[in-house]
Amino acid sequence: MPTLYYYVPVQAQRPIYSYRLSIVHFWALIAVYMWAGPHHLHYSSLPDWAQSVGMVFSIVLLAPSWGGMINGVMTLSGAWHKLRTDPIIRFLIVALSFYGMSTFEGPMMSIKTVNALSHNTDWTIGHVHSGALGWVAMITFGAVYVMTPRLFDRRRMFSVGWINVHFWLSTIGTVLYIAAMWVSGIMQGLMWRAVNDDGTLTYNFIQELSERQPFYIVRLLGGVIFLAGTLLMAVNVWRTVRGDRDDNGDLNVLREAA
Amino acid sequence: MANHHAVIEKNIGLMIVLILVAVSFGGLAEIVPLFWQKATTEPISTLRPYSALEMAGRDVYIREGCHVCHTQMVRPLRAETERFGDYTVAGEDVWEHPFLWGSKRTGPDLDRVGLRPITEQWHREHLRDPRALVPESNMPAYPWLQHATVDWSTMARTLTVFQRHFGVPYSDQDIEEQMAKVNGEWADATEEDALVAYLLSLGQARREQRQ
Repeated sequence: MPTLYYYVPVQAQRPIYSYRLSIVHFWALIAVYMWAGPHHLHYSSLPDWAQSVGMVFSIVLLAPSWGGMINGVMTLSGAWHKLRTDPIIRFLIVALSFYGMSTFEGPMMSIKTVNALSHNTDWTIGHVHSGALGWVAMITFGAVYVMTPRLFDRRRMFSVGWINVHFWLSTIGTVLYIAAMWVSGIMQGLMWRAVNDDGTLTYNFIQELSERQPFYIVRLLGGVIFLAGTLLMAVNVWRTVRGDRDDNGDLNVLREAA
Repeated sequence: MANHHAVIEKNIGLMIVLILVAVSFGGLAEIVPLFWQKATTEPISTLRPYSALEMAGRDVYIREGCHVCHTQMVRPLRAETERFGDYTVAGEDVWEHPFLWGSKRTGPDLDRVGLRPITEQWHREHLRDPRALVPESNMPAYPWLQHATVDWSTMARTLTVFQRHFGVPYSDQDIEEQMAKVNGEWADATEEDALVAYLLSLGQARREQRQ
């Protein structure tokens, strides 16, 4: 969250949409999140009252989470055209979109009847990766691209084109990963609960497991694409830090005198 | 509002205190009552502490990360009790430190695996080469367990810690008896022996309670 609140205004060159909203966002997350823990233990032997309290507060969490997302996105008011030209802004805004998506998905999965299907399946894996790759990693990549030239007195990153390529690799990799896990997870939940007319189970466990293979391959592919993007970033950062001429062949220094 | 809040933002000590106050409500309200709620503190009547061999097997289970792909928590949903057996109650796990409920079923739940109609020999062969018995399985093989002898050096300490700090009702005599076996018939036990003994123990207390 602090990455969002610092780097989005810096890169957009706009003040944060609402400072007051950011304070509400902070205290609401701090105070409410602690109550939401039991959503990981639905239908376990944890007492029911704790599960229900956890579910209610998880749904409440949608409000501050989306408040924060809107706060970040609205910071681009008057600067939306930068999305067309600045791949760093694109990283930050798509990260916020993933944040909004996974903080909608989370409260939905915390509803006990939904959780009865999703718990123990790959759906959970997809959910946490839309957070880990789509939100946390992408906002971090954006921050690295904002910070690196400033830290080392460079005019800009070695290659802006590479940032754009990295942006698409990250986005496509994340989407492949989480879409594969959604489909696989929902399939698991449905196959595990399927019963025949006589009340017996339709599928044994290993029948369900065999069906997962194509989705695990897509997941691997998504992960590899995502990783390739981070390697491209590493080279880009390295060549920026080292002070190579940028990819237009110009000296990459902040001050001509240097 | 922003002006008042600036006081907090410029005083990190105050901010830490207020954050601790904010987070403590949820933690206290949801955790503290469980310390006194009978369902979460009383063991079921048929629960018995692990033998030293089962305890060693449980350590292998944790070390090899079995809990990453296998849950030990049958939920009270019809399809689950149909597939795995009786749903899990909290009284089965009051002596579990740490508990191994898990949260992902890459493989099936194991909380009732000790009750399945499969033999000790099946478990051994399955651990050595899962695909020899279940061709579609994606479980890793653990062939080294059959050759590795259990490291018993910390077992006396382990049992004592469970007795004194976790409230597991081992008597001093129980621990002496277990250690006599450790130094006797189990001295050369393999990690596979221990793991299989642990797996076969899973679910027994609940079965006995239901009888």
